Amino acid sequence: MDISAILIDWFPFLVTGIIATVGLVLSALGVGFVIGLPAAIGQVYGSRPVAFLINVYVWFFRGLPLLVLLFLFYFGIFPAIGLGDVSPFIVGAFVLGLHGGAYQAEIFRGAILSIGEGQMTAARSLGMSRTQAIRHVILPQALLIALPGWSNEYPTVLTDTSVCYAIGVAELLTRASVIVSTEYVAMPIYLACAGIYLVLNYVGMKGLHLLERRVSVPGFESGGD
Amino acid sequence: MTTDDIILRVVGLHKSFGTTEVLKGVSFTVRKGETKVFIGPSGTGKSTLLRCINQLIIPDAGQVYLHGEEVTHAGAKINQYRAKIGMVFQNFNLFDHLTALRNVEIALMKVKGMKEAEAREKALFELRRVGMEDRADHYPAQLSGGQAQRVSIARALAMDPDVMLFDEPTSALDPELTGEVLEVIRSLAQAGMTMLIVTHEMRFALSIADDLLFMEHGTILESGSPADLATSPNFERTRQFAGRFAEL
Repeated sequence: MDISAILIDWFPFLVTGIIATVGLVLSALGVGFVIGLPAAIGQVYGSRPVAFLINVYVWFFRGLPLLVLLFLFYFGIFPAIGLGDVSPFIVGAFVLGLHGGAYQAEIFRGAILSIGEGQMTAARSLGMSRTQAIRHVILPQALLIALPGWSNEYPTVLTDTSVCYAIGVAELLTRASVIVSTEYVAMPIYLACAGIYLVLNYVGMKGLHLLERRVSVPGFESGGD
Repeated sequence: MTTDDIILRVVGLHKSFGTTEVLKGVSFTVRKGETKVFIGPSGTGKSTLLRCINQLIIPDAGQVYLHGEEVTHAGAKINQYRAKIGMVFQNFNLFDHLTALRNVEIALMKVKGMKEAEAREKALFELRRVGMEDRADHYPAQLSGGQAQRVSIARALAMDPDVMLFDEPTSALDPELTGEVLEVIRSLAQAGMTMLIVTHEMRFALSIADDLLFMEHGTILESGSPADLATSPNFERTRQFAGRFAEL
């Protein structure tokens, strides 16, 4: 059986792997954003105990290898809290989300801290509350500043998803391995798998660059001031 | 002068940063429509004084009264007082992610609760007043320093403040851009705006001040009408300071 026939045969199977991979990416970026942005705000503006707890979270999820985190949660924490039969995909998405949140918190924290103190001062001088100033003045600028760094998370996160192979998430690499062990052809399948990762990378980066151009504001262009 | 005329009363303000005492008991009253100009060497507490008035810096002791109501220790009500005290900064501090128009609109909408259309109309009116209407859609990065400072004045004016505080409004500008900003401030004085101005522009200070206050080492050392500067014994130290400027 020649390789193109194998690929055509297994194509639907590979597509389910692509969908799972994309799902993991979306969770890492999406859940990561929903956690990372408030975490950064808490680090910068929160009370000391709040900032401390967030620092512990960031330290934990940035300090451990992703594979160790996956094992900890899949074999340890999820079963320990009675969620032992949750699908590997859910565990993978959950861990990637928390992992992404810790990295994104650092990106947003840096962005917030790079904003001059005068912005907050001016907002307060006009009668805005601290919360209003953060919401209407600091955060929009922080997001503009963070966007290039945030976009950089995408290729990292995309390649990170393959680690979920180790807990049996049915993502792209897992699917490819199944084909390899069934058809006894390795290299063409793994090359096809690599090609798909590169295409996903290219498409995602294109989309993010479009977004960057879409929201660009004079004075906040990436790569120059 | 009736007490109704008094807009702002500052009583015995003290402020220390660490072991450095920056304000050592500063008191004065500001009447409606009056322009008070603070001059003096750098580091004598002029900017700190302005920031204590709207509580951007909390003074260690002393009180500030706006229309007889105490601004110091105002708690959450401080935001209402700040909305009535306009402030213009040395470095403009325009909101960098917003156009000139949005810079002026945003506090109208978020603090005063205006609808967008109403805020827009008011913002355009204020931008016209400072000659910046044709730059309404420009972002701060696209404005010259003088233009940015005029927008920041419009932003403060839009709140219809009872008093305006100018913290060295031309110190960050090229000499050739200071004129346009000083012109705007002069037009406000003529329109009867109550203003406190900290500046190093001596000639401007003398021409605009109703009351000239010389600060040194955290106190108001000398004060009076600028007309008396040349002759009055009240202004001995000020003359010495101003003379040093003239030599430059």
